[in-house]
Amino acid sequence: MNTAVLRTEARLLAREPGSLFWILVFPPLLLAILGAVPAFREPQDGLDGLRVIDTYVPVAVLVGMIVAGVQSMPTGLTGYREQGILRRMSTTPVRPSALLSAQMLVHALAAALSALLALAVGRLAYDVPLPRQPYGYLLALVLAVLVALALGSVIAAVSRTVKIAGAVGTAVFFPMLFCAGVWLPVQAMPDVLADVVGLTPFGAAAQALNEATAGDWPGWTHLGVMAGWTVVLSVAAARWFRWE
Amino acid sequence: MSVIEVTDLRKSYGGRSVVDGVSFTVDEGEIFGILGPNGAGKTTTVECVEGLRVPDAGRVRVTGLDPVAEHDKVAHVLGAQLQEGRLQEKLTVREALQLYASFHPHPADWRPLAERLGLADRLDARFGKLSGGQKQRLFIALALVGNPRIVVLDELTTGLDPRARRDTWQLIEEVRDSGVTVLLVTHFMEEAQRLCDRIAVIDKGRVAALDTPAGLIRRSAGATVITFTPSAPLDEGELSALPALASVRHRDGRVTLAGSDETVNAVITLLARHRITAHQLRVSDATLDDAFLDLTETTS
Repeated sequence: MNTAVLRTEARLLAREPGSLFWILVFPPLLLAILGAVPAFREPQDGLDGLRVIDTYVPVAVLVGMIVAGVQSMPTGLTGYREQGILRRMSTTPVRPSALLSAQMLVHALAAALSALLALAVGRLAYDVPLPRQPYGYLLALVLAVLVALALGSVIAAVSRTVKIAGAVGTAVFFPMLFCAGVWLPVQAMPDVLADVVGLTPFGAAAQALNEATAGDWPGWTHLGVMAGWTVVLSVAAARWFRWE
Repeated sequence: MSVIEVTDLRKSYGGRSVVDGVSFTVDEGEIFGILGPNGAGKTTTVECVEGLRVPDAGRVRVTGLDPVAEHDKVAHVLGAQLQEGRLQEKLTVREALQLYASFHPHPADWRPLAERLGLADRLDARFGKLSGGQKQRLFIALALVGNPRIVVLDELTTGLDPRARRDTWQLIEEVRDSGVTVLLVTHFMEEAQRLCDRIAVIDKGRVAALDTPAGLIRRSAGATVITFTPSAPLDEGELSALPALASVRHRDGRVTLAGSDETVNAVITLLARHRITAHQLRVSDATLDDAFLDLTETTS
């Protein structure tokens, strides 16, 4: 890891208003808007006494991660390859891998910041309690970030151009949002659907975050599903990635 | 003393041979040109020198180092400007220079470098906002910011307007005068003739000729060009029988002969014998352009 490259990439991400909005502003904004609906601030029997706004805090946390990992990072990396920026880096003593790891770290940090903002908005604006099992929550968050980055790396690996990366990213984006519970929080899903969604990276992430929020240690199955996907996707990305 | 040695370099892609036994050495302090038609294998050859590609066979040494096995050491002594390749659109000139300087243990001071390359007033401009000439100058600056002993410039002036091209040529001469060896890849004859101390003409993956620009012109078959408009038609048989003749061309009543000094004398005798006047008679030395066409044709 080259710190000068990392600083540069952080600066460059800060110059992308589109990425910044969707990663950092949109998830808390989504929460704020949902919370403005009075009915969503009433406890629901179907949600085991939780309010809709309670169930949407983990969803907002995951939305920022999915945007960072699946939309923003792959187009960035593919662009770097397409425009010969990786190649130029190969002529310096700093290898192009420094650029890749910097992109990943910068997006991981942005996703983490987005998660903090979502938790803060939930807590301050709508009195959503902070996770009662913070260590379990943190572990689930870290695994979710890793799996988002691994998925994004696969997209960057299989996409030859920025256009393709954008299209593949969008095609992956919506199913991932669904699994994370954007349309229907996992608590409200029928059991069979929740079980199926639990096998996907962000379905497992949503359930792990919910468990940690409620004060339990997240289920090993959920953590295992995320770790498993991370390993499989990372191996695939490393295998398929082309430097030029 | 040679700083680059390439010996019997070979590289093929998918069974198609692109570089087929190229050898040359570049001496310290010279501007060495690699000249050739598109697809001749020029870029692949310098990419092997830069360590971007692994040769199939042959030996490449840069200041005695292997560009693949000792990539990082070579990256400190060799700066490269690539034929294609951009920077991040929103990276400013200053940030790019600082970043690339940070990669090297003993970088050049980037401020005077930017000054010298005419970028001093564009330091806060983003890469995407630079003109074509400014982008090229920035790439030269990035290639030089590590204080390399050798700089490789690949198709540097392609796409530049004539003024920017001339400015860039002057810059390359200044770079050489500061003690840096320059390996220049080009398909512009004028550029190679003006700048290069020696030129390797590469055609179909092989070195077709290696000499000084003047030497290349001298050794080509049609080193002297004679053009005139004859007052009466000339006998084609007698024309083609001229000694040391390399080529004959007719266009709009004008005859162009390429040959040697011997051909000049013979054609004057021939014209006198038939009492034909040669209007607008011009005798000139061939350009590198002519020599190049001659050299790359004979190898095909």
